[in-house]
Formats: sequence, C-alpha cells, structure tokens
Amino acid sequence: MPIFRNPPRIAPAAAPREVVFQLYLRVARYGFRKHAAYRAAAVAGAFTNTVFGILRAYVLIALWEARPGLAGYDVAQAVTFCFLTQAFIGPMQVFGGGIELAERVRSGDAAIDLVRPASLQLWSLADDLGRAAYLFLMRSVPPTLAGAALFGIVVPPSPAAWGLVAVSVVLGIVVSFGVRYLLALSACWILDDRGLQQVALVLMMFFSGMVVPLRIIPGWLGALAEALPWAAMVQVPADVYLGATDVPRALAFQAAWAVALLALGALLTRAARRKVVIQGG
Amino acid sequence: MVRTYALLAATWMRAAAQYPASLVMLTAGSFAANALDIAAIWIIFRHTGTLGGFTLAEVMFLYGTGGVSFALADMLFGNVDKLSRHIRAGSFDTMLIRPASPFVQMAVDRFTPQRFGRPAQAVVVLWLALAELHVPWSRAWMIPVMILCGTVIFTAVFTLGGALQFLLTDAPEVANAFTYGGSTLTQYPLSVYGAELVRAVTYIVPLAFVNWQPGLYVLGHEDPFGLPHWLRYAAPVAALTLAGAAALAWRAGVRRYRSTGS
Amino acid sequence: MEAPRTPETVIELAQVGRTFTVSRRTGVLRRERRVVHAVRDLSFTVRAGEFVGYLGPNGAGKSTTIKMLTGILAPTAGRISVAGLDPARRRTALARRIGVVFGQRTTLWWDLPLRDSFELIRHLYKVDRVRYRERLDRLTELLGLGEFLATPVRQLSLGQRMRGDITAALLHDPAVLVLDEPTIGLDVVSKAAMREFLRDLNAQQGTTVLLTTHDLGDIERLCRRVMLIDHGRLAFDGTLDDLRATAPGETSLEAVVTRLYTRDRLFQ
Repeated sequence: MPIFRNPPRIAPAAAPREVVFQLYLRVARYGFRKHAAYRAAAVAGAFTNTVFGILRAYVLIALWEARPGLAGYDVAQAVTFCFLTQAFIGPMQVFGGGIELAERVRSGDAAIDLVRPASLQLWSLADDLGRAAYLFLMRSVPPTLAGAALFGIVVPPSPAAWGLVAVSVVLGIVVSFGVRYLLALSACWILDDRGLQQVALVLMMFFSGMVVPLRIIPGWLGALAEALPWAAMVQVPADVYLGATDVPRALAFQAAWAVALLALGALLTRAARRKVVIQGG
Repeated sequence: MVRTYALLAATWMRAAAQYPASLVMLTAGSFAANALDIAAIWIIFRHTGTLGGFTLAEVMFLYGTGGVSFALADMLFGNVDKLSRHIRAGSFDTMLIRPASPFVQMAVDRFTPQRFGRPAQAVVVLWLALAELHVPWSRAWMIPVMILCGTVIFTAVFTLGGALQFLLTDAPEVANAFTYGGSTLTQYPLSVYGAELVRAVTYIVPLAFVNWQPGLYVLGHEDPFGLPHWLRYAAPVAALTLAGAAALAWRAGVRRYRSTGS
Repeated sequence: MEAPRTPETVIELAQVGRTFTVSRRTGVLRRERRVVHAVRDLSFTVRAGEFVGYLGPNGAGKSTTIKMLTGILAPTAGRISVAGLDPARRRTALARRIGVVFGQRTTLWWDLPLRDSFELIRHLYKVDRVRYRERLDRLTELLGLGEFLATPVRQLSLGQRMRGDITAALLHDPAVLVLDEPTIGLDVVSKAAMREFLRDLNAQQGTTVLLTTHDLGDIERLCRRVMLIDHGRLAFDGTLDDLRATAPGETSLEAVVTRLYTRDRLFQ
C-alpha cells in the first residue's frame, strides 16, 4: 500500500496564503531591482520618449488648431494625451519584450521554470509588475513633467481621480503583460518568432492609440480599435486620466481583457508544460 | 569600400534566404510598420484640409522626399546604431581584426532583402504626391539633389548616433531620439513645429535641409518663418558639413574604443 | 625546415602601459573616478618562429595585451610593433599579416556555412584564388573539417567551430598567429588534436605563435618559452625549465604556477 496516494507536492497552493503573497512580492521586488541595474538605458529611454512627445505634440496642436474640439478633446487635452502615450511606452512595454521568459523558451531554460513548484504565469506577472514600477518612475514621470513644463498639461481634479488613474494604469500593465506572455510562450511552438514579434509590434503601435488617438480613426476601423485589448493599454488609461470617458465602464473594459488574457495564458501554460514534460521540449 | 560592402551584403542575403518564412513575415511586418506613419497622415487629413498651411499632396511630397532619404540612409548605413550591442557582445572586436573598415562592416551587418522595403514604400508616396502636384521642370531638378543631400544628412546622423555609443554604451536609445526623431520630424511640414525648434534644426542639427528648405523651393512655397531665401540652395553645404563632423566623431570613437571584458 | 637562422623580431613591446578610467557611483550624484592600470611598463620581444605561452591569473592584463597587439586597443604609454607595424595606427594593414583566434567568441559568420565564411575571408584578405584553394585543402585535411564545410557555423560543435576559426585565421598565411584561450571548453580528444596541429604549424611552417591559456597542459606540450603576467606587469619570462626552477620543491607545473600567482599575496 503506497504511503502517498498522490505524490507529495510543495506547491504554493499547499502553503499559507500570506507565504505565497510574500513570495510573489519578493519576485516583484527583484524585478524592480533587476531593471534598476539598467539606469542609463532608462534615462536614455526617458529622453527619447520626451523628444518624441514634443514632436508629436506639435503635430497634434496643428491638427487641433485646424479642428478644435476634435474627438471631444480640447488642445490642452490633446497635448496631454500625446505626452501620456509617450509616458506609457516604458511601463506598458509598447515595443514588446520585457518578459525574460521569451529568451528562456528559446534557450530551453524555460523547461526548468515550467516544472518549478510555483505558477510560471504568476511568477512572470510579479516580475513584470516590478519592471513596470521601475520604468514608471524612470520613464513615465520625466516625459510627463517635460510636457507640463513646455506645453502645460491637464491634471486629474481630485485624489480620488488620481486613484482611479492608478487603477487604470495597473490594469493596463496587466493587459500588456497578458499579451506579451502569450507571445513569449508562443516560442514553444514557433521556432523563429521574429516575424510574429514584428506583426505584434505593428498591432500594438496602431491599436493602442500610440500613432493617433483611437477616437479620430474614422468608421468601423475606429470602432474595432476601441474594442480590442490594445486600447486597454494606452487609450483607455489616458482617457481615464483626462476624465474624458465613463470611468467605471473603462475600468470594467480593462478588467475584462485582463481576466480573459490571463485565463488564456493559464491554458497555454498548461499546454506548454505538457509539451515540455511529455515530449521533452 | 564599395566592393567590400557589396560582397558582405550579398553574403548576408544568402544567409537570410535560409529562413524564407521568417523573411516574408519580417518584410510584411516592416512594411506595415512603416505604413503606420502614412496611416497617421491619412487619418489627420480626414479631419482637416491643410496642416500647417500645406495641402495633403504637399505633405505627401515632404513625407516622400524625407522618407526616401531616411530609408536609403537606413537601408545602407542604419545598422551602425546597433554598435553598443556589438560592443557589449564583443563582436566589434572581431570587426577590428579584419582588414576592412569597421564602419562598413557595422553598416552591412545582417543585411537582409527586408531593407529594400522601406525605400520602396517612400518612393510610392513620393510618386503619388508628384502625380498630384505638377511641379514644373524648372524647379523639379532640385528633387534628386535634395534626396541625395537628405540621404547624406541622415547617414551622418546615424553615424553620429553610432559614434555616441562609444561613449554611452549602456544607453544606445539616446541615438534613437536623433535618428528616428529626425525621421519623424521631417514627415510633417516644419511649420507645425515651434519657431525655436525650427531654428535649432536649421542652424544646429541641419535636419531642415533634408526636405524643408529645398522642399519650399520645389513647391514654390513661402517660408512661414521668414528665414533667408538662399537657405533653399544650402542643402549640399549642410550635408557635407554634417558628414565631415560625423566622420571625425566616428574616427575619434574608434580611437578611444575600450573593449569590454578582461 | 624553413626556420630562419637569424630570426628577426616580429613582436616588440617597449614600456607599454594601458590605463582605464573607471567611474563608480558612490552616492546619488557623486561619482568616484579611478585610474586602473591594466598593463604597466610591459616590455618583451618575440622572434620569428617562437612558440610563446602567455600566462596570468584572471584580470592580470592578458587580454588587454592581446587586444593591444592586434590593434583593437591603443596603448596609453609605450611603443608596440607587430610584424613591423604599429597595431593601433596600421590596424588594417596589420590584419593581413597576422591571424587572431578568440576562444571565447567566433570570428566566423554565425548563419553562414563554413565554406561561405572562408570564401568571404578570401575576398576580405584578398587571397589569390589558387593559393586559397591550396591552403584551404591543406587546412581542412589537417583539421578534419572536410565534412563540415557545408554546415552553418551555428550548428557546429565547439570543437568543430574552433577548428573553423583556426582555419579562418590561417587562410591568408599570416606570419604571426595570436591565440586567446584556443582550447577553452574543448574535450580531451579535440584538445590533443588542436595541440598537435599547432605544434606542426610552428615546426613546419615557422609560424610564430603567441598563445594565452589557463590550461597548463597547453603550455607543457607546446611552449618552449613562457611569459607570466600578474597585476599588469611581466612577472616571469623564460623557458619551461626556468619556470620549474622557480619552485624547486614542487613536482607539478600547476603547483609552480600557483606559487607564482600567489607570491605577492603571501608577502603582503
């Protein structure tokens, strides 16, 4: 008669909840510190984001001077939108990547991660939130302040409004993580994923609102853009900041995409584990 | 130099042909990425007839000329902005022990047919703009001149961006502000930007000579900033000056290069 | 047996130094700048046909010396001459006269088949087609590379890749071969084959070889002369027997070298 009916598991599910929480808090802290090692790169990124913010602001000002009140924004809101999009590049990782997992899949090290007694997805998410926190400080604050100094930007009216902005930004980061996690795991099945990454980048750039505000995209394309998950990363948090949207609805939209993408990610993780454990990678 | 470049480019393309599927995806992807800029212009002109005092065809002309210049410079030499990656990986060392210019080796590194996509796209936009504009021959001679000068200016900017990475090896993104920033700047008429910015890109980093000053000549357009008229012919001078500065900066960078590792 | 009777000097260093300025963050905005001497007051000569082992603990200045010899780094003090040229000033001309192999990284093109890499090197180094064919045939035969010529470099094993790198470095028939840890990571069989090849190259072609390594087996089996660098200075220069004589009580070369490496630390 076997002593253990099931093999003993040191899974975090068996551990007390606060221990699990502390584990992921620690992972997030390491994620923060890991990126803090690349301070020069972050400063350079903030500089580049600021330069692009200034260039794009001038174009938007010219457009809004020709068409005041376009998309329901006034000029000050349009300029603010422009600097917010640049500020979100770092934490939302608009140009892709940021998840170490992708390289680990390619090098085969992900096999170790997949059989670790902790959720790979939660581990990566905690790490990514740490990364986002650092990049928020280094790459979001400076371009926004530069925009405020050079052009003047609008500011949420109350602490409560700031709180909603914070919730919306965190949800945006989770949605961004959800998409990038799926892309990173796809490397388990697709051998050369550079093409896929390139396509993902184009979708992200356009449908997040980075290129132009989604609201001025005409017709069905605009409607489609506002319904896709990329909108939750830049356009929606920017609108929450500007107070230019129905906030509870906006947050619900972001939360729905976050849950859907994380669920899909969990399914894909399970498939990846099966592939690694049964087929040996 | 040209022979070495052609030789290495052909070899890299042969290597890239080993992954045809990825090549197709990458080419399509980069084509779409560049199309985003055109999409932005199209969306803007859905909402307004003129931007900064220029019509859609005129903006497309500026986008097309600036775009062709940037794309040619990027295709031939844009890779030098990946210098910091090669320094950190140690592969710049191996370029230095070969009997060929490290600049050429950097520029041509990983040359793929994908690099032809961008110039092709800009040429199409320029051609559409010219079909609309009916520029008289008496002014059209400037178009090839400005594209050549613009290519030299952007090549110099890429080179300066690369040279900067000898110093800022950990922060290569700074170069993007000038290279891709310069490309973004020249996509729209400079009249949308502030007067100080325009003065800076006329007299300090001469990006105004890529397509703005000579473009005003071709379009027969008044200068909204009222800068001297002779500036319209000054693109070759600006291009040569910047190219000289870039060459000096690159040489200085190679000379004071400190290889990584022990 | 073409070894010249009065061997000329092929490598000469006179009071060579190389400093690096390192800045370290000591506070939020404060930085401390420090000048580090990677190599200081280094002088030696290597004559044609010699096989010299260049030893030293990690961080002693070995790679810095190699990089200065090959023109990758310019010295901050002193004078260097390799194959009659100043490396930092005449880097391109020097490249045609010397061969360089880094054990830690390949100089071959990752995605290209070996043959294409070699063909490219023929063009870069402007090697005459007939002589190229002769040398390539000979080298592939000696190094057993024939069956891998169509394989992309990324698919080669470390040992195969290293043989490819050696071939690439020798296609233009250099007078001097500089090897930076060429046997690192190789298995015993590959290592033995590599050593045999290098010994024959030196003995039969008269190629001057300078080799850095941490593997004392390389030194024992190949080098008639050993130089040892420590803290950026030349700590020993002599024959293998001279080296053993520095520590008469020790039986293994390993123990002799360990003693030299830790010498100042004992006295400090």
